[in-house]
Amino acid sequence: MIEASDLTKDYGRKRAVDGLCFTVRPGIVTGFLGPNGSGKSTTMRLILGLDAPSGGDVTVNGRHYRDHVAPLHEVGSLLEARSVHTGRSAYNHLLALAQTHGIPKRRVSEVIDLVGLHEVARKRTGQFSLGMGQRLGIAAALLGDPKTVMLDEPVNGLDPEGIHWVRNLLKGLAAEGRTVFVSSHLMSEMALTADHLIVIGRGKLIADTSVDDFVARASQKAVLVRSPELDRLRHVLAAPGISFDGEERGAFEVHGLTAEQVGDAAAAAGIALHELTPVQASLEEAFMNLTRDDVEFGAELEQAVA
Amino acid sequence: MSTLTPTVPLPRLENTGRLAFHRVLLSEWTKLRSVRSTLWSLGAGFVLTIAFPVIFAFVTRSHWGSMSPSDRAGRHPLDIALAGVNVAQLAIAVLGVLLISAEYSTGSIRSTFTAVPKRLPVLWAKLIDYAALTLALMIPAVLVSFFASQAILHSIPQLHISFSQPGVARAVLGGALYVMLVGIFALAIGAIVRNTAGGIATFAATFFVLPPLMFTLPTSWNNAISQYLPSEAGRQVFALHHAAHTLTPLTGGLVLAAYCAAAIVIAAVLLVRRDA
Repeated sequence: MIEASDLTKDYGRKRAVDGLCFTVRPGIVTGFLGPNGSGKSTTMRLILGLDAPSGGDVTVNGRHYRDHVAPLHEVGSLLEARSVHTGRSAYNHLLALAQTHGIPKRRVSEVIDLVGLHEVARKRTGQFSLGMGQRLGIAAALLGDPKTVMLDEPVNGLDPEGIHWVRNLLKGLAAEGRTVFVSSHLMSEMALTADHLIVIGRGKLIADTSVDDFVARASQKAVLVRSPELDRLRHVLAAPGISFDGEERGAFEVHGLTAEQVGDAAAAAGIALHELTPVQASLEEAFMNLTRDDVEFGAELEQAVA
Repeated sequence: MSTLTPTVPLPRLENTGRLAFHRVLLSEWTKLRSVRSTLWSLGAGFVLTIAFPVIFAFVTRSHWGSMSPSDRAGRHPLDIALAGVNVAQLAIAVLGVLLISAEYSTGSIRSTFTAVPKRLPVLWAKLIDYAALTLALMIPAVLVSFFASQAILHSIPQLHISFSQPGVARAVLGGALYVMLVGIFALAIGAIVRNTAGGIATFAATFFVLPPLMFTLPTSWNNAISQYLPSEAGRQVFALHHAAHTLTPLTGGLVLAAYCAAAIVIAAVLLVRRDA
């Protein structure tokens, strides 16, 4: 359980996190979504007490992180990119962390095996690929068998197999009743992994909602139609409130009608259809729709999606 | 990585221990011994402490016959025996700075402070581990350099000095103590500056640049001020003779220790206050 109330962080004159209020509950995967530079990493640093908030408060399992008698058993965390000395082996990095809490060496080997780093555990981490570094970070997060797992962009640099593995791992951890809080700027990734979403932009809370609601709320339904007689079909369907876009290679998207309506109208006019597919807005599109109004936000968003 | 990772559930941890200071000490020890820079710096410190006296002793012995009486009078066996200390301190200081600055440059400080979020135990543990290690390394080093240089100078009675002679044991072991204090001071500087180049530059400026600059001051000022500089005060710990305008070994050692304490206090305050 992570509880933030009015959490704020200023770096000089720049407000990185702006009055965030949210609760991350146990038993589900909560996605923390926002473009690069929206304040996700800063929020996570505030949760861990690495940075001190300029205002507001955040607690983990009912206390400030630093006030726990065994922090690594409360929160296991993976922070942005590298938090490892490049000259130290993966094994010794994990061992040093484990020793602060009297966690046995056996456990270090256990998490190394779990993330698949067994063969390189004695190599200096400076030689690690980005993906191996991420796996090491995940191993560190799991070291203390924590009640809360908090990962910042865990799939960055992982190959498809690794991404699949992280997804299952997170779901498994949540199913065990742990609190799982995972950030990403990739909305498609969150759609597959998360049950609940906390969306921020420019340090402010934009949405705190289930993934399904989030997509439903912001999506615009469309129908992809493929036909050899697109022009005639367009003529038949044309009416106020109905629009067409994305025309290419004999297909276009119809907005404002259901698949049934398009199919019936085509049948009545004797137009052959080669494809008729309802298109659900992706989480990316939902996200962009939700934040489109925020003009200030536009440039940053495009950068994030690109 | 393309190894197929088994999707096994996270095994539970049976015994969950608490964060405790003796555990942080052990953790910092593991960190200290598990990077190459430790081995290189300490190895260099050890070797230099012994190599310089040995070389100087050989050179002195081979030139003794052609040296003028005044030149001979200027040689002191203890200066030869402890010649390496001045060089070794640089290696020890560099490692002291690195022990903390490298954590910032690599980002591992975030892992460290996530495990020990109160932070100060990390600083205490680093200081204790490093002080113990440098002392354990430098005591044998100065003893070896003393007895080795004396053995080489065996043929020159004027350069014989006994370990039991008043002040000799203090000066020899003081060399090790001085290097340990330098290591502590450098570590604290590293924690304040949080940057390797900046930390080493700050140390070098304090210990190597500031003292000669003092000679540009009027002599009376120089005499009054120089003795209180950390390097000059500390040097008295391993000096046998008490020259004019220098502190006694005990006072000098205490002055250097006071500089260390001040640097540690500043480092501790900043460590708690600043964002990591």
